[in-house]
Amino acid sequence: MDDTVIRIKDAVVSYREDVALQGVSLEVRKGEFVGIIGPNGAGKTTLLTVINGLGKLIHGQAWVLGSRLNGGNGINLRKRLGYVAQVENIDPRLPISVRETVMVGCYGRLGLFHRPTRAQWETVDKVLEMVGMAHLAQRPIGHLSGGEYQRAAIARALVQQPEIFLLDEPTASIDQKAQHEILSLIQLIHKQYHMTTLFVTHDLRRLPSICQRLILMRDGKIWQQGSPESMLREEVLSQLYGAPISLPNDIAPLQT
Amino acid sequence: MDLSIFQYHFMQNAVLAGLLGGIACSVVGVFVVTMHLSFIGVCIAHAAFAGALLGLWLGFNPLLGALLFSLASAAIIGPVADRGELNPDTSIGIIFSLMLGLAFLFMGLMHGARTEALNLFWGSILTVTRQDIIFLAATTGAVVGLVAAFYKEIQAVICHRQVALAVGIPATIIFYGLLFSTGVTITASLQSIGGLLIYCLILNPAAAAYQLTYSLKKMLFVAVAFGVVSCWAGLAASYLLDIPSGAAIVITSAIIFGLATAFSPKRKVKGWQQVPLAG
Repeated sequence: MDDTVIRIKDAVVSYREDVALQGVSLEVRKGEFVGIIGPNGAGKTTLLTVINGLGKLIHGQAWVLGSRLNGGNGINLRKRLGYVAQVENIDPRLPISVRETVMVGCYGRLGLFHRPTRAQWETVDKVLEMVGMAHLAQRPIGHLSGGEYQRAAIARALVQQPEIFLLDEPTASIDQKAQHEILSLIQLIHKQYHMTTLFVTHDLRRLPSICQRLILMRDGKIWQQGSPESMLREEVLSQLYGAPISLPNDIAPLQT
Repeated sequence: MDLSIFQYHFMQNAVLAGLLGGIACSVVGVFVVTMHLSFIGVCIAHAAFAGALLGLWLGFNPLLGALLFSLASAAIIGPVADRGELNPDTSIGIIFSLMLGLAFLFMGLMHGARTEALNLFWGSILTVTRQDIIFLAATTGAVVGLVAAFYKEIQAVICHRQVALAVGIPATIIFYGLLFSTGVTITASLQSIGGLLIYCLILNPAAAAYQLTYSLKKMLFVAVAFGVVSCWAGLAASYLLDIPSGAAIVITSAIIFGLATAFSPKRKVKGWQQVPLAG
């Protein structure tokens, strides 16, 4: 039985004169945890936007959860995908609480004209408890630290009950302790729900240890891919980043 | 105080226009303020003004011209702000200056007295007609109805637009709907508040409410209360002091904003840990 949930063939994406993806082909199986690394501008985020239907292909094809992306069906697909981006600057006076922000994750599936039910609010509270944010539920979202904000973002993606989890540098711009906590949370979630997960980072230290496959991207292409053990070698990484890379002892695939 | 003035239809119309305009402008103001789109709103307001002047110049209903110009400007500004092909501030500034230029051009091309054009400039809540009230009531009803029907989507889009897009909410349609609602509200309020002043009534009550609460629902109600109070207090000041009504309304709303800012609990954000401010 074919358990492929993401299939991309020869994808090309261009932002005006810049080609962000150049002929990328990729298959991801259900329940797989895939890490995507590469220097800035390698096309990692663009690859995620192709998967969630926000990136427009100028060539190639993409199938996600059995549907071929055609530009018009992305909105229905996104209801089934959890997406967590890196910490964004947010207005501290924004009139929305953490609990309400997490509930936004349900809104796509709920559809127009339907209000959240009591059961859905209870789910939000349970997920907030799970990510360790229950005590901050009523706090305005703009008053959170970077690490707390990412926990809320993960909670929001979880209440969406996604079939695929897309994480775009979720540990960028937050302190070391918070990075460690976010990585532990992501690993816990993957172990608990066996969700297909794509984790993008440019920081080798921030790769979760449960990563099963590592994709190395450079110049809008998949340069190499394989097991973390085969990819995380100094000569491979030095070529990828175009600079000498020495692997620290605490590199994340082995310890987080 | 002599209340016999309220026996007159023109005063009853003015009170109604203040109520309806205060509600509609404040509600769309909450969207504009929360999304930090103040300049876009100013631009739409001036487009409506230019369209109304075109109507006066060519002899068709100025409200129709205002409606067409405000919707067209919203349709142009939305993609310009979204796509980022040009710096949004620059491109919106160019559209804004074009609209202002067109407004003065149409005014300059008019023959004879320009009283009606000047009324659109400053607004005249004391001369609104039944037809204006009906249009304003329909607009206010539509805006309030849309907010009630799509509250959760609007909340998601104005607070977390990219997240709304990522979870499968039709965020782009909602965003354009909010811009068009702003355009229609400005058109409907043009006669009573005036093209130059209308935007202050959109911005000031919502900005004042933004200082006072972290709850979007409360912000909507507080903004509406401030908007209606601004209109009625301005109207009273206009009647009692014999000053232009539009200016009195705007100055009242600015005073309310000043007071809200001075007493805003959000100015003490650092005290959050000790004193919860939510709600």
